[in-house]
Amino acid sequence: MQRSILTRQRLIGIFLVGIVLLCSPALTIFDRATTWHGYPVSFLYLFGVWLLLVVLAALAVEGSDR
Amino acid sequence: MLGPKVIVVCALLYLGLLFAIAYWADRRADRKRSVISSPTVYALSLAVYCTAWTYYGSVGRAAASGIGFLPIYLGPTLIAALWGTLLLKMVRVSKAQRITSIADFIASRYGKSQVLGGIVTVIAVLGVVPYIALQLKAISQSVTIMQSYPLVNDTGVVAAIPILQDTALYVALALAAFTILFGTRHLDASERHEGMVAAIAFESIVKLVAFLSVGVFATFVLHDGFVDVFDKAAAAGVMKTMTVASAGGYGNWFSLTLLAALAVMMLPRQFQVAVVENSDESHLRRAVWMFPLYLLLINIFVIPIALAGQLTFAGTAVDADTFVLTLPIAHGQVLLSLLVFIGGLSAATGMVIVETIALSTMVCNDLVMPGLLGRWKRIPPPSDFSQLLLRIRRGAIVVILLLGYLYFRFAGEAYALVSIGLISFAAVAQFAPAMIIGLYWRGGTHAGALAGLLCGFGIWLYTLLLPSFAKSGWLPAGFLEHGPFGIALLRPQELFGLSGLNEITHCLFWSMTFNIGAYLYFSMRRQPNVNEATQATLFVDVLKHERPFGVALWRGKAEVHELSRLAERFLGVERARYAFARFADQREVESVDQLPADAETVHFAETLLAGAIGSASSRVMVASVTAEEALGLDEVLDILDEASQIRAYSRELEQKSQELEAATGELKAANEQLKEIDRVKDDFMSSVTHELRTPLASIRAFSEILQDDPKIELEQRRHFLGIIVSETKRLSRLVNQVLDLAKIESDNADWHTEDVDLGELIHEGAESTAQLFAERGARVICEVPAQPCVVTADHDRLMQVLVNLLSNAVKFAPQDSGVVRIILQAHGRNFRVSVIDNGPGIAIPDQRHIFEKFRQGSGGTEKPVGTGLGLPISRRIIGHLGGRIWVESRPGKGATFIFELPVNDGA
Repeated sequence: MQRSILTRQRLIGIFLVGIVLLCSPALTIFDRATTWHGYPVSFLYLFGVWLLLVVLAALAVEGSDR
Repeated sequence: MLGPKVIVVCALLYLGLLFAIAYWADRRADRKRSVISSPTVYALSLAVYCTAWTYYGSVGRAAASGIGFLPIYLGPTLIAALWGTLLLKMVRVSKAQRITSIADFIASRYGKSQVLGGIVTVIAVLGVVPYIALQLKAISQSVTIMQSYPLVNDTGVVAAIPILQDTALYVALALAAFTILFGTRHLDASERHEGMVAAIAFESIVKLVAFLSVGVFATFVLHDGFVDVFDKAAAAGVMKTMTVASAGGYGNWFSLTLLAALAVMMLPRQFQVAVVENSDESHLRRAVWMFPLYLLLINIFVIPIALAGQLTFAGTAVDADTFVLTLPIAHGQVLLSLLVFIGGLSAATGMVIVETIALSTMVCNDLVMPGLLGRWKRIPPPSDFSQLLLRIRRGAIVVILLLGYLYFRFAGEAYALVSIGLISFAAVAQFAPAMIIGLYWRGGTHAGALAGLLCGFGIWLYTLLLPSFAKSGWLPAGFLEHGPFGIALLRPQELFGLSGLNEITHCLFWSMTFNIGAYLYFSMRRQPNVNEATQATLFVDVLKHERPFGVALWRGKAEVHELSRLAERFLGVERARYAFARFADQREVESVDQLPADAETVHFAETLLAGAIGSASSRVMVASVTAEEALGLDEVLDILDEASQIRAYSRELEQKSQELEAATGELKAANEQLKEIDRVKDDFMSSVTHELRTPLASIRAFSEILQDDPKIELEQRRHFLGIIVSETKRLSRLVNQVLDLAKIESDNADWHTEDVDLGELIHEGAESTAQLFAERGARVICEVPAQPCVVTADHDRLMQVLVNLLSNAVKFAPQDSGVVRIILQAHGRNFRVSVIDNGPGIAIPDQRHIFEKFRQGSGGTEKPVGTGLGLPISRRIIGHLGGRIWVESRPGKGATFIFELPVNDGA
């Protein structure tokens, strides 16, 4: 029970990280019409954050079995 | 190669395959070998979120506005992180109360209200039927495009054809048949549709694989990877600025994210797969990351496909919404086109099937049932209407799909259909305040939820749906531009003069403001009544209990056979009897007849019925066969309070029992220790008696000789008497030491602590043992510093230790050549006294035991002359004075006994 509460709290933390990275003024930092190694910066940033959130969530729920 | 017939046959074969999968999964479920009891299948079934709108529409949106389509998937990604609490609560409540739809959920939360259930159903149907129309359109459009293969149908427009030749109609009917077969197999809607879920999970895989295939084709076959596509698009001037700012701005971005986050929880089909079809709470854990991962994968190629499409079809009129399909066709990829077509079919049919099942349950339980129940108050109801219920649901499925078809038929290419995805999202988002606030706040009332839903729905209708009609030409355009009756302040898309927002953001802002505002205002006008308070507690506190917790808040008269007859009428005789028999088993009574007609039984019957006809109707039906006494609000609160007190009490009990266990453990340990001490004491006693017996025996032997033989010579007699005297001395020394040790061990010794100068003590000790040294011909050397070395100690006791060490040393020193050195030195915060002899030393195994009672050094050849208690006593004295004593020795190199005492520096 204790562990599942901890997992829930971690997930809420991940939600907050996501909000800051995707839905706050922080987004404007990377929202540029330039490219980086041929990739549009916004494209890389958004998909990168997306992947980060998926990995963090996976670690939070699957990792807590150990 | 791909004629019209081939396309239709492929589509039908695919539906047949789905059917087979669903059939197989249902059969497995009947044999209790469920295929869907896997967290991965659950996560895949959630991907029913990705419809034809995602599959074809995302590319269209990307072609028009760059990355503006992403919030639709980022919102769900964010909210998925909250599923661990939010969705878990919804699932647990729904299982405990056998909730069958989102309408049932909201109705149940606010006191099982039929009115609320009905309103939610109406909003859901109005909001979602156009969305179904969009899927039908996608299917029929893709069929049309495929049928003109290998030409690219560059209009994408469905020609005006008579209804009976319209593919979409047959698609709608085929889907209705499929949905009926698998959606209404069981009467109990709270029972899961395993076959359907298996088919949906399969469809999720198909559409992902198809979309990834076309993505890889567009990115890596037609071009050389992402960068190449971006470069070529930039060179050709079709590259959109890939920023949020240019894709509608940040306000739009945030509101779309919020909207999608709410929609993924509130869409009837999402509620169906995520809550109603959930077979195990633990599956949520996988979905929390796998669902966002699915969304990520299905979106990664959207922009490359859009750009590749624009490069391929530059200068033609091919609609970007069809790029996913027309791109492989234009490059002559037959199999890929077919795969993409099947993928699109998956996306559309999955959505339609689940959405229709969810809506039909709502229509049946929350619209039709209340009407029928009202009628049956006047005329007697039929005796068995489980069949009637099934017919209602099947009818609802057909009607909903036909409504979707008609909307598609009449809206056609109109704006109203194109933008319907977000308009639907905005409609179902209106459920969010009543749902989510209701899960965390007890104060929400029926009136508040009703007012909030109606306000939100009204604003949605006025600011989003009517304008879409106006843009389609069904309403005068002046309505948009000048407002109704020319009142500029009421212009639907600039309500109260709010301008500068796009239509979705505008609608979301006003509808949510009024929705939440009305919900809070009307909720706070009065206290929740009995029903509301009961349900509020069951919803809000659901996570506090490990198992679903149903307080049976009911008092009155009921008869079990009336309840079971009621259930038989709705569920069918067999199913109802089975359920009652299992309940009787659970309550450990022999048969159904012996069930007590108490609150628990009534609660069971009501929940059983709720699974079939919804919670609100179930409450009405149960009330019709029982005589319930109204409980007052205070009584209800008392009962709930009592329930929580019982839980608190049981927690306390648990804590007490844990404490008790700990105490028991301590007692056990103490007991063990006592036993050990007892054993040590016994050993000690036997050692002492043994030690006493040896001198006693020799005293007795010599005394007897003297007594028996009076003529013994004087010299001999003197020798014998000498032995007797020395043995007697040894005896009394032994007895004294035993007493001494016992005194120290029991802490009864008198200690006279004072400042003792160790240097002085050593000289005194050497003097007092000088006689012993002289007898053995040994020398004693004192190495003592000039300045005083003061410790706090009992002078006499410390002397006892020193004398003991010195006499031991001299005892083991070699005859005539013995040297004993006494060294005093400071050592850190201690003074250290070492007594070093040049005797035979002590074997290493013996060193460990030498401080134990009656363990004497056995280095000498002569019989040891000590009592075996000197060192144990010394150790206790030094220990008492706060120091320590030990021995260092190597056999043959003498022994060093060392003790340390803390420096007394006057502090």
